Amino acid sequence: MYGYQLRHEFERSTGATWPLNVGQVYTTLARLERDGLVAQTGESDEDGKVVYRLTDAGHAELTGWFATPIGGADRPRDELAIKVALALTTPGVDVRAVLQTQRTATLRHLQELTRLKAVADGSEDTAWLLVLDSMIFRAEAEVRWLDHSETRLARRGTTSPPANRPGAAAPDPADAGAGDRAVPR
Amino acid sequence: MTGDLVLELRAAGRVHADGPDVVHALRDVSLALRTGELVAVMGPSGSGKSTLLHLAGGLDTPTEGAVLVEGTDLATLNRAELAAIRRRSLGYVFQDLNLIPALTAAENVALPRELDGVRARAARQEALAALTEVGVGDLADRFPDEMSGGQQQRVAIARALVGPRRLVLADEPTGALDSQTGEDVLRVLRARCDAGASGLLVTHEARHAAWADRVVFLRDGALIDDTGVAPPPEVLLGADGFG
Repeated sequence: MYGYQLRHEFERSTGATWPLNVGQVYTTLARLERDGLVAQTGESDEDGKVVYRLTDAGHAELTGWFATPIGGADRPRDELAIKVALALTTPGVDVRAVLQTQRTATLRHLQELTRLKAVADGSEDTAWLLVLDSMIFRAEAEVRWLDHSETRLARRGTTSPPANRPGAAAPDPADAGAGDRAVPR
Repeated sequence: MTGDLVLELRAAGRVHADGPDVVHALRDVSLALRTGELVAVMGPSGSGKSTLLHLAGGLDTPTEGAVLVEGTDLATLNRAELAAIRRRSLGYVFQDLNLIPALTAAENVALPRELDGVRARAARQEALAALTEVGVGDLADRFPDEMSGGQQQRVAIARALVGPRRLVLADEPTGALDSQTGEDVLRVLRARCDAGASGLLVTHEARHAAWADRVVFLRDGALIDDTGVAPPPEVLLGADGFG
C-alpha cells in the first residue's frame, strides 16, 4: 500500500470522522520505516508512488496493538470533569448553569450523531456504524454524568454546607488523573 | 397563528393549591409544535414533564396561560367538545399498559374511531392502515399478550395516530423496553413524524431524546433551555466529528 491508499482506508473505516492530512501519513510512514516496522517493496505503482509493506516486526507491533486494551491513563484528561470540579470551587460560578450549557451542547451533538446514524442505517458500512455508535454512547454517558452531577449537587444543597465536606469534591487539577477520578463510575 | 401549529402552549402554568402550600408544577411554559415535528422534553423527576403532557392532551387544565390544539384554545371548549378533540386530534402512548387486553391490535386501534361514530368496517380499515404504517400490519388480529413489548408500543403509536389524529403525546414510551427495542420504537415515532404527524415525547434517555428535532429542558416547572432545531446531516458530514 502507499500513502494515499492508507489514508483512504482509514477514512473509509471511520467515516472521515478524524480526517488525516496526507503529509501526516507520509511522515508516519517514514518513522515506521526508520523503526523497521514497514519497508519499501521496491515496486512503485503507475504514478511512481512508493509502495510499502509491513515487516515481521511491524506485524508483531500491530497484533500487539489490537490485543492490548486502552488504559484510562492513556487518554487525555477529561476537561469537562475538570471544568465542573473547578466551577464548584470557584466563587461566583454557577455550576448548574455550567452543567446545563454542556447538557444542551451534548444533546445537540447527540442529535447530530443520531441523524447521521439514521442516514447510515440502511448501509452495509458496519465499520462506520460502529464508530457512530461509539460516539453516541460516549455522548450519552456524558449526559448521564451531567444529570448525576446535578442530582448530587441538589442533594448536597439541601444537606450539608460545602465548607464542611471532608476531602474536597474537586480534585487537584494539576494531578494528571484528576479528570478520571472526578467521573463517578 | 400559522396553520401548521399542531400544539401550542402559551405561557402555560399549573399551580396546585394544597391548603396553605402552593406548588408550581409548571410555570410560564411556551412551546409550539409544528406539523412533522418531534419535540422531546427532558428534566429530572418532579420537573413538570408529566404535567406538561397532561396539559397538552387536555387531561388537565392550566391555571395560567393557554393550551391550543390545532388552533383551538382548550379552555373555550365544554366537556363534550374537549372529549371530542381528544378523540379526533391526539393520542397518548404511556410506558406500558397502553392496550386493552381483551381487544386485538386492530380493535384497540379502531376503538377511538368507533367511539367517534365511524362505522366498524371503516374504522377497521383505518386501523389496518395505521398498523401497517408502524410496521405491524401483520399483527392486526393478535391480542396484546401475544405481542412483545415493542410491538405493543407500535400498536399504541398506531392508535395515537389513527384516522385524522395527528398528534402523539408519549410519556416515557421506551421505559419498559430494552435498549434496542426502545430505539426501534423511537425510529417508528420519528418516521411517523417525518410522514406528517407531530410528537411530544417525554423521556429521561438522552439517546432517545436525540431522535427529536428539538429537545427542551424542564427544571422546577420552567423551561430552562432548548437545543433549537438541529441542522441537516449534510452539514455534518464535512465536520470534524467528535471533539
